[in-house]
Formats: sequence, structure tokens, C-alpha cells
Amino acid sequence: MSIDMEDTAPAADAPVYDNRSAFAEELALLARQDERIVAVCNDSVGSSNLTAFRDEFPSRLINVGIAEQNMVGVGAGLASLGLIPFVCAASPFLTARALEQIKADVAYSRRAVILCGMSPGLAYGELGPTHHSPEDLSWLRALPGLDIIVPADRRQTRQAVNEVVRDPRPAFLRVGRYKVPDVTAETAVLRRGRFDLARDGDDVTIVATGTTVSRALIAADLLRSSGISARVLNAVYIAPLDADAIAAAAGETRAIVTAEEANVSGGLGAAVASVVAALPSASRVPVRALGLTEFAPTGNTDFLLSYFGLTPENMVKVALEALADD
Amino acid sequence: MLSMDPEQLEEWRRLRGRLTAANPAERSELLSEAAQRTRRSVVRMIETAGQGHIGGDFSVTDILTTLFAYTLRIDPAAAPSRETDRFILSKGHCAASLYSTLAHTGYFSRRALKTFMQPLSELNGHPTNTKVPGVETSTGPLGHGLPVAVGQAVAAKLTGSAARVFVVLGDGEMQEGSNWEALMAAAHFGLDNLVVIIDRNRLQQGARTEDTNALAPLDAKLAAFGCEVRQADGHDFNALIEAFRPAAGSRPVAVIANTVKGKGVSFVEDRVEWHHKVPTPEQARLALEELA
Repeated sequence: MSIDMEDTAPAADAPVYDNRSAFAEELALLARQDERIVAVCNDSVGSSNLTAFRDEFPSRLINVGIAEQNMVGVGAGLASLGLIPFVCAASPFLTARALEQIKADVAYSRRAVILCGMSPGLAYGELGPTHHSPEDLSWLRALPGLDIIVPADRRQTRQAVNEVVRDPRPAFLRVGRYKVPDVTAETAVLRRGRFDLARDGDDVTIVATGTTVSRALIAADLLRSSGISARVLNAVYIAPLDADAIAAAAGETRAIVTAEEANVSGGLGAAVASVVAALPSASRVPVRALGLTEFAPTGNTDFLLSYFGLTPENMVKVALEALADD
Repeated sequence: MLSMDPEQLEEWRRLRGRLTAANPAERSELLSEAAQRTRRSVVRMIETAGQGHIGGDFSVTDILTTLFAYTLRIDPAAAPSRETDRFILSKGHCAASLYSTLAHTGYFSRRALKTFMQPLSELNGHPTNTKVPGVETSTGPLGHGLPVAVGQAVAAKLTGSAARVFVVLGDGEMQEGSNWEALMAAAHFGLDNLVVIIDRNRLQQGARTEDTNALAPLDAKLAAFGCEVRQADGHDFNALIEAFRPAAGSRPVAVIANTVKGKGVSFVEDRVEWHHKVPTPEQARLALEELA
């Protein structure tokens, strides 16, 4: 058992941040150096944190109004002439209303549109399931050739914005609104198609993404106090999927728990389970998937994350059950 | 991978040269010959494939011929530059007519047309931009081409390009809400570099447009959405050329091209069942005779 006592989860009182701010700051920073960068939105200038971008680059903020299908098509048209459009809208409206445009105009037509799903998952809490997007990972994962990036904190959000400008390709960037602490190391590098090893361990693996990464690290601390060494993988790329890291987790730890602010059906849990299921039988380990399984009841985001078991305590409980099953 | 056909390209350049020098009557004659050639290859492609959308292919052929032989500022031999005009066929089910037009323009060899819809052919039943030179975006689901064209027109404005963007839609396709989202934006952004061409053949898959979900008054709707509306006989080449002239003001141009579905073959014309009926060998022979 390898336990590194220096390696601890963010403290309970650690400052938390809205990733949209880091997104907007980095986008403006890059736009100053690169004239190809434009932003497209559906009246969501404020909720996409694009007010400063609009003020600084008025002609490069294309607000098409409340019209998501046109918004994504316009993005594809801009990309076809060599611009790098960041198409920003609340994730439920971007990915559901305009799904056929994302499929045909972006993924199938291979246009380097950066689809920015703002305030995803359960971010809109009390506004209800019409405004939640726990489905976005599931339905976008079904599209070949579309990168899916879910930054876990401010630093990773900035890195993701840089990466899609450095190497433009069709991509979905899930930009969280629910405030999270810093979880990635200052030295961590974002690599396309790779999970970030947030904590090493050799008894059980928790694969978390976005909001759930800091919670998984707390769960790992709790497990450590019970003498169990938990590996935490930060699934910053959902597509391409890091099958090597999943296979290594199955080979080197005895169970895998996934945790996502998204639907288990078709999301990260399904992705990880499908990789494990295809491993040689001797390498397979129990997989337990935490996430949404139904439309959310009324409640704020904190409440709903707890309701669906996305708490450190429940991650511990499920990890222990999975280990008992091994 | 499909690649440019030098011989065909030379032939296309000669045609363009002749069209430039021609008077209107000669121009119409030359374009008519080119369009009939395209219709003949559409008949062969659909007969061989056993599938296709012959009615819409024939209604749009004269529009495509006018654009590619005369109006568009393009160079099939080079990658599109900042100043290259852009064309999108939003009614992607009429791929056969587009493929034949592109082949006659030199984008790829006419021999490839024989592979239309065959296993692993680049020439899918709907055009794919990653496989077919000259195709700007993959279309097929209706209501996609115009929003992409709006994005291209915005990009041209942003980059200071004088390129124009042309998009052809079916009239039935105007029942898709995304088109009206795009038109609102096109007018709001003052996209005078955008030409929206509606192939007004008055038939959709199952019935007449006016019996399904009426489009009339289409001209008034387009005008109300902020377009400079032009009407043209979609089979009169000089009328189309005139209708494709630059915008008069700072508004997008909408051309209602009044066409006949199945144009050119008597037993196909204006018949709803020929939306995607496939000719028998005998019907194909008769069609080729009429298109000679």
C-alpha cells in the first residue's frame, strides 16, 4: 500500500471558483493574440461570461439571439472559413436543441467548432430538469470525432481553452458554474485523451470528472483513514477516452467507482464499464457507477449532488461495497 | 480520394470563356446544353444506383448549372481562398445533380459518378464535405445549409473578404424552423453577401407544399424577415443570372426560383411520386431521349 501523507484533498474551507470566469479570462487573453478567435452565443452574453469579451471585441462576439440551431450552424460556417468559434450556451440548450447540428455540421463535417456547454449538469439546481444537462455527456459521446473535455478546476479550464486553440478540432467543453476548489497540481499538463492522475493508490480507483473530482479526493482521504489506498483519476477527457488508464486501474486496483454530475446511462460510468467489460476476465474488477438515474427533484445543486450520492461519504461506502464484491 | 480532373477543368474553363463572350441568347443555349448533360448523367446515376431523388435533381439542375458555369467565382484547381465564393446545397438529397455539376466543373472525374451510392463510394446519397471536393458542408437533414451559410457570410465580413455565399434550399425545406432563425440573423447582421435561393417546385415528398403546410405568401414572408426578394423563372438562365446579381442594399438576397419538379422529362414533371421514384430501364431510355 502506497500512502503519501503530503497528498491531501482540498480543505473544507478552501476557496472555490466558478470555472466560467477562468474560461472567459483565458478566452480574452488568447483572442488578443489570435484574430481567428470569435465567440458565438444565444443571447447568453451574461451567463456565458462574455460581457468583457464583447466590450473588448465587439465585432467578434456574434450573438444570434435565442436560436440554438442557427447558432451551431453559424459556428460551423465560421470554422469552415478558418476562424475558431467558441459557441457558448447553457449546456442543455446547446446540446439538446442543436444536437443534429452538432452531429451533421460539426462532427460529421469535421469543423473545428468549440462547443462550450456552460452551467452544465445540475448547475441550475432549482430551475429543474428542463435546465439541467446530465444527458450531455451521453449523447455527445455517441458522436464520432468529437472531443469531450470536462475541466475540474480553474487551471484545467484555462489549459483546455489553450489546447483547443493550439489544435483546433470539433470539441465540446463542459464549463462548470458550480464552484469548485483547485484540485490539479500546478505542474499538471493537459494531454488530449488522457486522464489526470489526481492521486495514486492501489486498492480502489475512483474515476471522477468535473465537479466530482474534489469530492473524490476527500473520499480518498476518508478511505486512507480506514487504511485503504484509493487512486483518483480526473477524467478531464471523456472523449477520446483514456482506455489505458482504465485498464491500468483494473489491473492495479481491485475495484472502480465512477462519479459524475451526469447520467450514468451512456456517460462516464458507462464508458468505464465498457472498457472493463472488454478486458480479459482475469483483469476485470467490479465497477460501480455514481451519477443521475432519473430526472432530478426540486433542490439546489448541493442538495441534488447529495441526493444522487455524489458525496465523499457515499463514494467511500460504494467503494467499500465494491471491494467487498471483489 | 476524389481529385481534380484536368481535362474536365479545361473544358469548363472554355465554357466559361464562351459564356463571357456570348450574347444572352447564345448564353442560354450554352447553359441549356450543359444542364441537359447534367440531367442525363443524373438519369444514369439513379438508374444504376436504384435510388435517388430525380424530381428535385431536375428542378435544381438549371440553378446549379448557372451558378457553377457562370456566377460563382471559384477555382476548382485550388483550395478555396479568402476570396472564393461559397456554395451550399442545403437540399442535400439532390446530391446526384450536385455531383454531376461538380464533375462537369472539374472538381473530380466524371467516371466517379458511376460509383454513386455504391459501397464505399465517396458519393453518398447526401453530400459529404470531407469526401467530395467542392462540397462545403455535409447536408441531408433539412434546415442545415442556411445557418452554415450565414456563418460563412459573417466570416467573410469579419475577414474583409468580398466573397459571396450562395445557398440553395428546397421550398418544402422552408417548413424547418432553423431556416427562419437563420434568416432573422442574416438580415440583422446585414449580410448583403448572402444569396438564399429557394427551389420553388411546389412539391415535397408526399404532396404539394401548399396542401401540406402552406408556404404562401413566401415572398411576403421573406421580405418581412428583411430580405431583398427576387422572383425568377428557375429554368430561364438569363433570369437566374440577373437574379444572382449583387444585393442592392445591405440586406441578404432571397431568390424564389420558380421551378418544375422533374423538369425536362414529360412523365416526371410535376408528379409527386417522382420525388424519389427510380426509372425502369425503359423509362430511363425514354428520359434520355427527351433530354438529348
